[in-house]
Amino acid sequence: MSLDVHGARILLEIPALGGIVITETVVNTWIVMAVIIGLCLFLTHNMQVHARTKRQIIAEFIVKKVNAMIGNNMGKRFEKGGFYPPLIAAIMSLSALCSLSSMIGMYAPTSDLSTLLGWALMVFVLITYNKFRSGGVLGYIKGYFEPIPVLLPFNIISEFATPLSMAFRHFGNIASGSVITALLYAALAAASHGLLSLIPGAVGQLLAQIPILQVGIPAVFSVYFDLFSSLLQAFIFCMLTMMYIGSAAEG
Amino acid sequence: MDQQLWTKAIVMGSSAIGAGLAMIAGIGPGIGEGYAVGKACEAIGRQPECKGEVQSTMLLGCAVAETTGIYGFIVALLLMFANPFIGKLV
Repeated sequence: MSLDVHGARILLEIPALGGIVITETVVNTWIVMAVIIGLCLFLTHNMQVHARTKRQIIAEFIVKKVNAMIGNNMGKRFEKGGFYPPLIAAIMSLSALCSLSSMIGMYAPTSDLSTLLGWALMVFVLITYNKFRSGGVLGYIKGYFEPIPVLLPFNIISEFATPLSMAFRHFGNIASGSVITALLYAALAAASHGLLSLIPGAVGQLLAQIPILQVGIPAVFSVYFDLFSSLLQAFIFCMLTMMYIGSAAEG
Repeated sequence: MDQQLWTKAIVMGSSAIGAGLAMIAGIGPGIGEGYAVGKACEAIGRQPECKGEVQSTMLLGCAVAETTGIYGFIVALLLMFANPFIGKLV
């Protein structure tokens, strides 16, 4: 029984600045980014004032949905134009496509904690920036002493827990899917070996080498772990980003 | 040599038991999410027109409630595949 659970493989090591490693995560993220850029160019080229093509209708639908989501969750003043709708759409599409890339056998960049920690760090910077902007430096410092000054350590912990829990939640969901899939493959191989070796003679010996049970059954689990869980986590990450930034901006 | 082998065996076995114990954390989110989904079903039954909003709020709440279970899973994953104690053996 072989169990293949591994992190991102190192593909290349650049001998500069103490060794920059290019892992599968980096390569796959760049592939997904290229796919997203290609998709955007495909959807938006040759746009007209009145939508005539299906492509433009889809593009307008996506933009409207993202704007409405921002308006509902962060407040109306963020809705039109501005910085946040493209950001949220970018995070959501990148997260969803990164997780979905595991369906075609690629190593999902979102099952590497580094990717998610990077995104969560970016969100943390935005949250802090919005807190500074809404309350000023004094308001930001005062926020740590509320509701009573005794709670200062807990406030500091909860400040750091926000990006950490966001990263761990997304990572844990995707990684647990890949671990359970690996366990399932190993278990199915063992089960089919056990079942088929019951057939007597050389035929049984030969058939027992083929993990016949691995056909089909993992697909059922893949629908949940790859499709549902990926899309849900992309949605959750964006929702939490919007809510944290929105509440930070309110002050 | 023999003693080293024993030490390693004990560390690895304890880590495996620890990973199993860490996954007990899965109970909490299970109960919590089940409760939340039950309440969401009640809400949809009472006001079917609010179905979409109740569903998205429930999914968000479920994902947040899941965090503690995910922490347990990460601890288990560390103990199984990136054991920090093996490296501390002499």
